[in-house]
Amino acid sequence: MFTTILYAVLSMGGLGLLFSVLIALANKKLAVEEDPRITEIAELLPNANCGSCGYAGCANFAENLVGGKSQINNCSVCGNDAKETIARILGVDVQTGEHRVAVVFCQGGKSNATKKGDYRGVKTCLATTFVSGGERACNYGCIGYGDCVTACPFDAIHINDEGLATVDRKKCTGCGTCVSACPRGVIEMHPISHHVFVQCKNIDNPKVARSVCKHACIGCMICERAVQGVGFKVTNNLAKVDHVQYTKELVLPTDKCPTKAIVILGQADES
Amino acid sequence: MQLIIIIISSVLINNYVLVQFLGICPFIGVSKKLSPAISMGVATTFVMTITAAVAWIINQYILIGLNLQFLEIGSFILVIAGLVQLVEMFIKKTSKPLYDALGIFLPLITTNCAILGLALLLVIKEYNFIESIVFGFGSGAGFTLALVIMAGIREELELADVPSYFKGAPITLITASCIALAFMGFAGLI
Repeated sequence: MFTTILYAVLSMGGLGLLFSVLIALANKKLAVEEDPRITEIAELLPNANCGSCGYAGCANFAENLVGGKSQINNCSVCGNDAKETIARILGVDVQTGEHRVAVVFCQGGKSNATKKGDYRGVKTCLATTFVSGGERACNYGCIGYGDCVTACPFDAIHINDEGLATVDRKKCTGCGTCVSACPRGVIEMHPISHHVFVQCKNIDNPKVARSVCKHACIGCMICERAVQGVGFKVTNNLAKVDHVQYTKELVLPTDKCPTKAIVILGQADES
Repeated sequence: MQLIIIIISSVLINNYVLVQFLGICPFIGVSKKLSPAISMGVATTFVMTITAAVAWIINQYILIGLNLQFLEIGSFILVIAGLVQLVEMFIKKTSKPLYDALGIFLPLITTNCAILGLALLLVIKEYNFIESIVFGFGSGAGFTLALVIMAGIREELELADVPSYFKGAPITLITASCIALAFMGFAGLI
């Protein structure tokens, strides 16, 4: 009886001791030194964990900032003051990045887009892409069931009367959550100073594109020719604004576009 | 041959989650999305394999050797907790990407009943050392399989039109029971 108790106490105590010594040793030997700047920066970040910087949460982003693998400008939510403080901690200069906002590349609302049928089912954009792709005939445009509205943490995107997603450029923080929420990839992030866009994503041939939507870009190249190739570029039956080359002095070919696919967004109230 | 039978039996026939109902907590908790489910599965498989080896040694040389079988549960808990700590520190030092991938799941496994269940079952089944390791790995693979199946279904469930009173936990439990029933069908395999 006594020996059993003795053995039990000794063996369990021994095991416990063995593991505690092992862990204590491992703690010393395998210690990973963490930069104190990481916690400091993590506190300054918005801690919304929105993931728009491309990392898994703000803490992870802070680690990569200190490791020099990322730049503070990749955080679009963080204010300029915080960015400067963080840059001072890191000992680098900030070039405060331009504020970016979401832009919806579609004008195919109820009155413009051809309807291909009635959709009755789960009213989310993601669900409809699994079945028929919604009610509109265009395979590249906004579906209009508002997955982006649900995703937006800042109440900056809404479905308008036309059944189209529209961005409130004043409220948009540029986190990019809506970009990943949209199953069609209709939403893109652009600097707020960019106002001219070809609001279409349709790369079908002109005949098909025109049959599905009144405002589809048909790749006719009129805009490209009007500006002699500076500022507009047509690839894959779709014109795109080249914002690097585009300047305000250029005459806007907005009115020249036969389908009115070129749009000027919110210039009056911003700049 | 014996080893193959052990693998098949631990993955399918005696699946830890769906047949023996061990480790239900992570099964419900970490099966919302596919990628964390896979991470959790890999972490658990890893710990299960190591636990099987160490638990066998402890059982054989300390518990049986000193005739202390009544200390099974206590010693296994001690071993698992200590081991997971060590493994975590080791991974953090040697492979940061793996550490990041396993994340919070590694320390959580310490209190996973599937791991303790594995150690206790090893003793009952009287496997030898190699068989124990294979059994540990198979059990982990079975756990991963159940978790991945569940996560896949739950991702689809998000889109399904579930009656409002069934949303969330109820429909998850019903789904789990249906999968469990299906796994019971493997009972006659060997």
